[in-house]
Amino acid sequence: MENNFLITYLILLPLIGAFGLLFINKEKASAIRYTGLIFSALTFIVSLFVYFGFDHSSSDFQFIHKFEWITGLNIFYFVGVDGLSLLLVLLTTFLTPLTLISSWSSIEHKIKEFTFFMLLLETGMIGVFVSLDLFLFYIFWEAMLIPMYFIIGIWGGKERIYAAIKFFLYTMFGSLLMLVAIVWLAVYASGSLGYFTTDITKLYLVAPTITKDIQIWMFLAFGLSFAIKVPLFPLHTWLPDAHVQAPTAGSVILAGVLLKMGTYGLLRFNLPLFPDASLYFAPYFSVLAIIGIIYGALVAMVQTDMKKLVAYSSVSHLGFVVLGIFAMTQESVQGAVIQMINHGLSTGALFLLVGVIYERTHTREIADYGGIAKLVPFFAFSLMFASLSSIGLPGLNGFVGEFLILLGSFKSGVLNSWWFTVFAATGVIFAAVYLLWMYQRVVFGEVKNPSLNGLKDMNAREIFVMIPIFIFIVWIGIYPSTFLKVSEKTSAKIIHQVFNPVQTAEKLINNR
Amino acid sequence: MRELIYLTVLLPLAGFLINGIFGSRIKNEKVIGTIGSGVIGISFLIALGAFFETLSLPVEQRQLIVTLFTWLDVGGLNVSFSYQVDQLSLVMALIVTGVGFVIHVYSIGYMHGDKGFWRFFAYLNLFIFAMMNLILADNFVLLFLGWEGVGLCSYLLIGFWYDRKFEKSTTSDAAKKAFIVNRIGDFGFLLGMFLIFLTFGSLNFNEVFSKANTFSVSASIYGFITLFLFIGATGKSAQIPLYVWLPDAMAGPTPVSALIHAATMVTAGVYMVARCSVLFASAPQIMIVVAVIGLMTAFFAATIGIVQNDIKKVLAYSTISQLGYMFLAMGVGAFSAGIFHVMTHAFFKALLFLGAGSVIHAMHEEQDIQRYGGLKKYMPQTAITFLIAALAISGIPPLSGFFSKDEILWYSFANGSFILWLIGVITAMMTAFYMFRLYFLTFEGKERFGHDKHPHESPKVMTIPLIILAVLSVIGGFVGIPEVFSGEHGNQFHNWLAPIFKDADRKLMHFGLHSHFEEILLMVISVIAAASSILFARYIYLRKPEIASRTASRFKGLYNLLWNKYFVDEIYDAIIVNPTVTISRNILWKIADNKIIDGTVNGAAKLIDVLSATIRKIQTGVAQLYALVMVLGIAAALLWIILSF
Repeated sequence: MENNFLITYLILLPLIGAFGLLFINKEKASAIRYTGLIFSALTFIVSLFVYFGFDHSSSDFQFIHKFEWITGLNIFYFVGVDGLSLLLVLLTTFLTPLTLISSWSSIEHKIKEFTFFMLLLETGMIGVFVSLDLFLFYIFWEAMLIPMYFIIGIWGGKERIYAAIKFFLYTMFGSLLMLVAIVWLAVYASGSLGYFTTDITKLYLVAPTITKDIQIWMFLAFGLSFAIKVPLFPLHTWLPDAHVQAPTAGSVILAGVLLKMGTYGLLRFNLPLFPDASLYFAPYFSVLAIIGIIYGALVAMVQTDMKKLVAYSSVSHLGFVVLGIFAMTQESVQGAVIQMINHGLSTGALFLLVGVIYERTHTREIADYGGIAKLVPFFAFSLMFASLSSIGLPGLNGFVGEFLILLGSFKSGVLNSWWFTVFAATGVIFAAVYLLWMYQRVVFGEVKNPSLNGLKDMNAREIFVMIPIFIFIVWIGIYPSTFLKVSEKTSAKIIHQVFNPVQTAEKLINNR
Repeated sequence: MRELIYLTVLLPLAGFLINGIFGSRIKNEKVIGTIGSGVIGISFLIALGAFFETLSLPVEQRQLIVTLFTWLDVGGLNVSFSYQVDQLSLVMALIVTGVGFVIHVYSIGYMHGDKGFWRFFAYLNLFIFAMMNLILADNFVLLFLGWEGVGLCSYLLIGFWYDRKFEKSTTSDAAKKAFIVNRIGDFGFLLGMFLIFLTFGSLNFNEVFSKANTFSVSASIYGFITLFLFIGATGKSAQIPLYVWLPDAMAGPTPVSALIHAATMVTAGVYMVARCSVLFASAPQIMIVVAVIGLMTAFFAATIGIVQNDIKKVLAYSTISQLGYMFLAMGVGAFSAGIFHVMTHAFFKALLFLGAGSVIHAMHEEQDIQRYGGLKKYMPQTAITFLIAALAISGIPPLSGFFSKDEILWYSFANGSFILWLIGVITAMMTAFYMFRLYFLTFEGKERFGHDKHPHESPKVMTIPLIILAVLSVIGGFVGIPEVFSGEHGNQFHNWLAPIFKDADRKLMHFGLHSHFEEILLMVISVIAAASSILFARYIYLRKPEIASRTASRFKGLYNLLWNKYFVDEIYDAIIVNPTVTISRNILWKIADNKIIDGTVNGAAKLIDVLSATIRKIQTGVAQLYALVMVLGIAAALLWIILSF
């Protein structure tokens, strides 16, 4: 197959930008900012080329670029996208420039280092989504932790060191088991293929032949690190700390993209590689997901810190995604995919807005606010809009994802019970409770806190960041086909892989 | 015109966008008000055109679906932004755009000078947009879009004056309560949709309803589907047990109460049940539930309405009560009678609210009817139109309310039972009583307000809408004159809607074994009952006001119970709201999350820390000790080697 370098450019562009920054004098703040912005914008433009060149009618990996990397071990530099990864790459390249613009005035010291780490992070995130070799995937997966660690640890809040280390250790803990599992898989593959490989397109054919008992262990080894990343209840406690302490840009990327790596990993690896185990674990993971939906929402409801509230709401929202994945119907998996994008947009917007108001008042305590609708009308509108998206109001994006997930899980043969959906659907009530309650306390009422007087509404730059997000919130809400079509075939393929492992094994024999 | 029906959806949207985006810059109230009302007026004309066009077509060609584009096409689900023109949706569209237009015009006067004038019209247009989606949708999902959309507008408009106090709390509390209670209903509606999809493999009305005629589906599945849908209806249409948000919704500006919380949005649940009549007719046990809940709501809300003193509160409970009648109609299978009452109620209840608004306006925001009195001479037009509406809602012939209410009562007897009819009539008596208590205390008798108030008639832009609605309240019932009087033509309204309900009617198979004599007898009884209630109210509140206070103090317990609305809000707070918050805060968050889960994580880290600290002590840095350990080690190794030979 002809190599296509487009994906490699995507990975390299932010990296080149990051190293280009090293040649700029650190005093030249705006030169640094513009360099970062230009490179991330270029990356976005390149990703659009991938989008427009992508063939929706195929479930195969496209834009493949592959060459041998570590000869002796048969490890390849192997990248490409399918419908699932393409959407997540687009989300990444879309959000990164926006977060850089949003940090224009909130990051004042060590701008150079900050921009450097943000670009490095972008490379890492894109790498995770496009890697088609497990070894390469693992490298990006781990590498991405480092810039995030520094972003939280250097530009974070008061408890930033604690949060950064917790974030690092938590996720590191999960991935070690994954490494062991990757090595085991590669060795297992050599049993039937005759050579050691970490190429996932080959492993897709080999891995389902593993006996169920061992699949279960493998599933857990992969699943743990993904479950931590999601985060699935009860592995979520790193998240509120990391979110609250991270600077706005960090929170947006963390919620918008990093969490999706967990759900992406489940769809990319756990389901197709270990189909028997996936079916076995589906009800258990769904139960944890539903606990997450309700528990996350209830705990979000009683938070006093706006950022923490949004953080816990992520636990609730990602619960929907995990439920959609393990319900394993076309509706629910498509819903899960679109919900990953939705959460990136709506929670991203919520974090940006909390950042906007925090920059002005230096408090995130809900009780310090009240009545600001009069003072900052555009902010009030934006917060309402983002909240409604998150609540899942039909016509906006959140509804499409939640509805498909719930509809799909209701008819799911794997779950085979109404109760999953009945409990999960209570999440739509609680989401309204915690967000509207916060909104009421922050925006409505009379201004009681005198220090709020003179609060300035969003400036042109801040509005410029919100508008594109809002456009996509409406777009996905009323015409989701643009996005659902991209992942349609991929979702169908993943479900097919789970239910027809025998066929895949036969294909393997024929291929030999 | 029929093909243009989507414009009745898009024009209000355009109005919302124009006033929403540019309203704060336009500033000119005339321009904003004209745009806001104009789009609704044009929508009304389009709906009217579509109506006459449809009327001219033979029955089998009357349904038309206009598809704009596909919304969700995933797996087995395929729903579009498709709008359906048929007999039922046209009736609703005419009510919504017609009454909506009148209320928009009224609002130009009512909201004059409010600094949120543009925002008000933007929200109002957004509401009409959502409501049109709700009634014109050709599938459940689009209906749900409208359903939640009107809920959002209700939320935004209840909390319109977001910095004001309302009773013991604030307007924003009332708004939030409305949204959340509605969401509880929506939860049921969602489950209903899922079960429909699972059962029929589709969410498009035509497909689902035709399959409901041909598929063999167990009665219990129909039972669950309709129960879930009905839960949704109890939220939106304020029925027991989810009616609690509607009285608080009066925190919004009065035109909002008229449009959303009386004439249109709250009838959405009735419309939805009527739309799904085939499904409900397949679940007889749930039909009984619907009838009983409806009647109970009608009755209890009326009892509360008798003692309230806030003019809007009385009207709110009256609305809940009238909605109860509509569900009673649905429950006894009198679908077209229910929709008929939706229509007449939209006229006279909108009129009552707008009249109340006119009074509140004149009395400088005073809403306590005990501080009104004798207003007729200051605002005759408001008083007369209010009187007409009160007569209509009381069921006095030949006003519109008489025909629709009586049809419901008749069917509750004919298809239901004597007891349903009896409670219905008692409720009608209470309705007549509290409406005229309201009328007499407000417009007649002694003036009980201070000299600081200078009541005056409202401007034309407000009184003309009152007059239009008054005319409709008088003549609106003539389209549905019962067969008993109209003879061979039958009930026109009923005939018009018959094709929509024919499948449901066939399933219910009512046998008309009752004579015309019975029908007329019951009619006479209910009219006499209503009329005597009015006279009784007149006697008490005009002649012997002391009776009212004496009765209140004699039955203090009952009075307190009613005055406090059976303490339902307090009960909900005590058993649902407060425990949820307390448990979430003190157990889930502070104990489960912080102590147990995070404690385990940090405990693990701490454990490693302690272990390492212990092991670290071996590293003493004393060379002699290291040498000693080394020598011992070598000795042990040697020993092992020697022994293993």
